[in-house]
Amino acid sequence: MDYILSIVILGGINMVAVLGLSIFTGFTGLFSLGHAAFVAVGAYTSAILTYYYYVNYYLALAAGAVAAGAVSLIIGAPTLRAKLRSDYFAIAVLGFGEALRVLLENLEITNGARGLPGIDSFTTLPVVLTCLVGGVLVARNFLRSRWGAACIAIREDHVAAETAGVRLFRTRLLSLVVSAVYCGLSGGLLAHFLSFIQPQMFTLVQSTQLLAAVIAGGMGSLSGPLIASFVFIALPEALRVAQMWRLVAYGLLLVLIMVFRPQGLLGYSELSSLFRRGVVREGERRL
Amino acid sequence: MFLQTLITGLSIGGIYSLMAVGYSLVFSVLNFSNFAHGAVIMLGAYVGLALATRFSLGLGLVLAGSVAGAGIIAVINERLAYSSLRRRKAPSLYLMISAMGCSVFLENMVYATIGSRFYAFPEFFGRQVVNLWGSSLSLLDLSAFLFSILAIWALHLFIGRTKTGIAIRAGVSDMTMCSLMGVDLDRLISVVFLLAGGFAGIAGVFLGIKYLVYPTMGWVTNKAYIAAVIGGLGSLPGALAGGLILGVVETFVSTYVSSVMRDVFSFSLLIAFLVMRPDGLFGRSGEEKV
Repeated sequence: MDYILSIVILGGINMVAVLGLSIFTGFTGLFSLGHAAFVAVGAYTSAILTYYYYVNYYLALAAGAVAAGAVSLIIGAPTLRAKLRSDYFAIAVLGFGEALRVLLENLEITNGARGLPGIDSFTTLPVVLTCLVGGVLVARNFLRSRWGAACIAIREDHVAAETAGVRLFRTRLLSLVVSAVYCGLSGGLLAHFLSFIQPQMFTLVQSTQLLAAVIAGGMGSLSGPLIASFVFIALPEALRVAQMWRLVAYGLLLVLIMVFRPQGLLGYSELSSLFRRGVVREGERRL
Repeated sequence: MFLQTLITGLSIGGIYSLMAVGYSLVFSVLNFSNFAHGAVIMLGAYVGLALATRFSLGLGLVLAGSVAGAGIIAVINERLAYSSLRRRKAPSLYLMISAMGCSVFLENMVYATIGSRFYAFPEFFGRQVVNLWGSSLSLLDLSAFLFSILAIWALHLFIGRTKTGIAIRAGVSDMTMCSLMGVDLDRLISVVFLLAGGFAGIAGVFLGIKYLVYPTMGWVTNKAYIAAVIGGLGSLPGALAGGLILGVVETFVSTYVSSVMRDVFSFSLLIAFLVMRPDGLFGRSGEEKV
């Protein structure tokens, strides 16, 4: 039972990060290959606060989220202002993530590449569920707000959006900061669940996994990426018997999704809309 | 000391250039960054290792075998993971994710089957040292550098002078037009991946001889990517120059500043170039068109 519980908690923590990236990639249309860096910032900030300074757990979580948001400004401001091509932007964030990881591996306070052991495990299922439900509500309201509408307009056609008066730079930056805050929160939860973090946990592979969940779940959908991210967490756990082969299967899965169903699980629709209409269009029924 | 550092930098830069050429070649034709290139380099090194230890072949045959092996692997990789996306005209990011999947798949396949042991090549060069202007160079560094330059020069001639080379250049400037002129695009792209894989094979063997052979050795292609961005993505002279510049600058940073900051410095250089000069030193203008 403990085992299943831990899978559910890990899945929930991962969902919080995917939720953030979904706002940035799925709704604003910008790709990032470095969001694991923001998870790392959240994890290290909150862990250092509770580990060295005995700060209250919830305050530490909030501090981790804020720190991740602040760090995202450092990379976001210059790159988004320069209006890089979308794949160049993804690479720039990737470079940022790798540089940050090298820093974490060499700082005194992060205990370097050996990682921080013995963080108090405060994260429980109710905490994760609260964060997740709260996160979904905030994301939904954000997307229905004026800012959210601006984000979606940019995704559809950034030139048209700019002509219509949407401020490209500010909206994209806001979307990045919001997504980084989600990732930071997820990192704080992760650190206080595993009670051990090390820089090696936040590599390019992790960033890809987040992005793949958003793309596999469907861009422009909140529920699709959530389901996909849970599959991505549960599947490797289910395959743990074949320890060696689970990453092989994961790589294969990524390629298969891209080749056979690039529009993702749910495409542009939400899970609830499937039940509401009762009739599923042909394209959406095929899984 | 200065000259010594410069030459060490150039020899590392030569290997970076070899990797960057393969990256750049694929980027120039398909406009996406092939993250599986590192895995192909790693497999090329394993092919070379098998030839060198099992059949105890000489360096020339090892290189030839590894070029052929890595080239074929790259072509198969394209056929299985990219070709259907390419025909559908999927966004380049989908190709990048598919490439990432391939890289994870291949790397862990090697973990699962061959294992995570570190292997060393037999000593082709021994510990021979060449004295040049008062500084001593290892023969390995010197020949790696010369061979890299030679291979890139040969590729330059191939692309400039042969019919296939002209087709590749035509494909780079306009794929659709190129196919209307009767070029078989599938075959053209296979040739491009064969070339890129071949260069990955050479890079893999030299990396393996200089360091060791292990499943994650392909991660060093991050550096090749930075080199390609510095030189201008999709430009061959750019890949060569970018690789050499990055190799030299990195060696100077780790000698005179700190070896820890070397990687942070390289990645910062990547971001600075992307923000301030996304076309690199030699690149074509890459503005996103409406």
